Amino acid sequence: MPAFRHAHLLDIASLDREDVLHILDTGEAFFGVSRRPVRKVPTLRGKTVINLFYEASTRTRTSFEIAGKRLSADMVNMSVSTSSVKKGESLYDTCKTLEAMHPDVVVIRHASSGAAAYVASKLDCGVINAGDGMHAHPSQALLDAFTIRRHRGTLEGLKVAICGDVAHSRVARSNCRLLRLFGCDVHIAGPRTLVPPHFAEAFDVEVHDSLAPALEGADVVMCLRIQRERLGEALLPSLREYSRVFGVGPKQLAMAKEDAIVMHPGPMNRGVEIDPAVADGPQSVVLDQVEAGVAVRMALLYLLAGEAGAAPEAA
Amino acid sequence: MLVLRGGLVIDPAHELETQADVVLEEGRVVAVEPSFDAPADATVRDVSGCWLVPGLIDLRTHLREPGQEYKEDLASGLAAAAAGGFGAVCAMPGTSPVNDTRAVTDLIVSRARALGGVRVWPFAAITKGLAGRELTEMHELREAGAVGVTDDLHPVTDAGLLRRALEYARTFDLVVMQHCEEPNLARGAQMHEGVHSTRLGLSGWPREAEEAAVARDVRVAELTGAHLHVAHVSSRGAVALIRDAKARGVRVTADVTPHHLTFTDEAVLGYDTMAKVLPPLREASDRDALREGLEDGTLDCIATDHAPHTALEKDCEFDAAAVGMTGLELALPMVCALVEAGVLSRRRAIAALTTGPAGVLGKTSSVRGGDALTVVDPAHGWTVRPEALRSKSHNTPLLGREVRGAARMTFVEGRLVFDREAEAAPDPHSPPEARA
Repeated sequence: MPAFRHAHLLDIASLDREDVLHILDTGEAFFGVSRRPVRKVPTLRGKTVINLFYEASTRTRTSFEIAGKRLSADMVNMSVSTSSVKKGESLYDTCKTLEAMHPDVVVIRHASSGAAAYVASKLDCGVINAGDGMHAHPSQALLDAFTIRRHRGTLEGLKVAICGDVAHSRVARSNCRLLRLFGCDVHIAGPRTLVPPHFAEAFDVEVHDSLAPALEGADVVMCLRIQRERLGEALLPSLREYSRVFGVGPKQLAMAKEDAIVMHPGPMNRGVEIDPAVADGPQSVVLDQVEAGVAVRMALLYLLAGEAGAAPEAA
Repeated sequence: MLVLRGGLVIDPAHELETQADVVLEEGRVVAVEPSFDAPADATVRDVSGCWLVPGLIDLRTHLREPGQEYKEDLASGLAAAAAGGFGAVCAMPGTSPVNDTRAVTDLIVSRARALGGVRVWPFAAITKGLAGRELTEMHELREAGAVGVTDDLHPVTDAGLLRRALEYARTFDLVVMQHCEEPNLARGAQMHEGVHSTRLGLSGWPREAEEAAVARDVRVAELTGAHLHVAHVSSRGAVALIRDAKARGVRVTADVTPHHLTFTDEAVLGYDTMAKVLPPLREASDRDALREGLEDGTLDCIATDHAPHTALEKDCEFDAAAVGMTGLELALPMVCALVEAGVLSRRRAIAALTTGPAGVLGKTSSVRGGDALTVVDPAHGWTVRPEALRSKSHNTPLLGREVRGAARMTFVEGRLVFDREAEAAPDPHSPPEARA
């Protein structure tokens, strides 16, 4: 397998199709590890990965942690609520401190858009962006692509509906970027308060004021989490009205292809953006996404920290 | 006697643009002649290729003293101004404490006078503490030397209060300068709202946040007959609103910064905090409208908005970064580049840095009979490095870049306050050497 040509994973915009396929194929090679009786390979033995999380996160942090542990890397979690930010340390100083500890990869989540790129510019090791503000969440888009490819056999030319709060969503931005790389027909549906005016132009996607045109004939339906704090910002009058207009239930899902898959990056608000009957229904691949997340993140850690040329299977 | 030989004299007040020798005695222009026959004891400097213009005036400078001397102080800021060709700068009141009382105005004026170089014409606050509630004692502030009032980067958003401020300022013939922003349309904003902000995931400042405020403020100014100055216009719609207001006869003036005339929001790509300014850099269509507005006189002047910040305040996450960039030493290279590229006429560019701001302040500006003179070398190439700058701060997207254009000499009230050949400004406490 050729060496990965990037030192960091900061966003999807810096990847091309070959890079994406390289990551997904590497993920496939690791996928089986999590289903073995002994779910550990020595690939990254002696490597140190720091999970630097400035925002509360259970799912992503755990997923990276398990991915690293299954590769035998030494995983260190730094949750910043318990650490330096409370003492007023700048991100610059935190970077310099971390650098002195010689990690191989730093996985960062931060509330500021661009924070991962900033950290990468200061550190001498690989940096994985695990979500920066509203900007990007590339590992989520990659695990979504991994899941879609497993279920549809391809990423090429699919119709994908993304429903909900794209304005504040780094997941939506990264997914739009990735899906457009593969010529997918991406349709956004949501109230105008949650879809910025320049979104269609910025990401070359279609924007709709209702679910129907987005869902009709879709191969993939992605629901995004509605955050309750949006109510206080006059972006939504009520969750009730949101779910009546933009919630995806069985009736709405019926507009998509019969074998369409339903995705959600989690955590879900059941009964708001997604009806429980859909979330738990046969078309839901929500838990497959979680499983794919570990494989894809193993691939990312391996590609950024692994020995060049060593095949993942050799592990 | 000092003879500056062979330069191009540009004197917008007299609509003069001619090759001539400029003769100074005691640092003041006494003659402008096509070919001056210098006496044997005169010092003659060849300034061919240079432009001899009235001392530049900056309408918006953040000198940071008192209170934020770690970013800039009067000594460093005025040294930067002199090196940038400015003979006078208007200090913004957003200091700590705010310039909202005579004591602070006195302090700034007397400190600047003691430094003896570039003159400081302070703007005082419109409201106490820039808090947008109570008016300042404008009569007393004017007596102390304030040339106008502004709440700096805090717009007066209460239309009723703005009306009273304009009326009261008019009583004492003070210009009211507004940073035009409807804050509810720019909440949390980090850059211009558009395709780039959407891609970068940064909250946007739509141009309408500026235009809504300009539209309203111009109407309130019309109601009062007072002189409103719109600071740092950045959007195409605001240019159109000001053009319309001027056509109706409203007493409105406006400035634009060299960076809004030069850059677009693409400068932010890669989260470059050096390009984070208020108002934000907008799109090419806005930049073009600003250039057109400056050329046709809708915009009266170029103001630097010099906003020094330390490296630490820019070396951080984008939304934590301070807003603003330095400008005193970069205005000339940026403006020279626009002239060189044919974007701006030389005549308008110089007027926008001299008679333009003077007119906003009710002052005059000229080479002949003026009290400041700047020799601009438009071809002087230099690299924007921290060591090349007199300002304490180096927050500019031009850092590291090669530029062309700089002041060669700056004379203020009979003193040579900057001389590039001498490589450093003379000690302001020593007797002026220019008294040749």
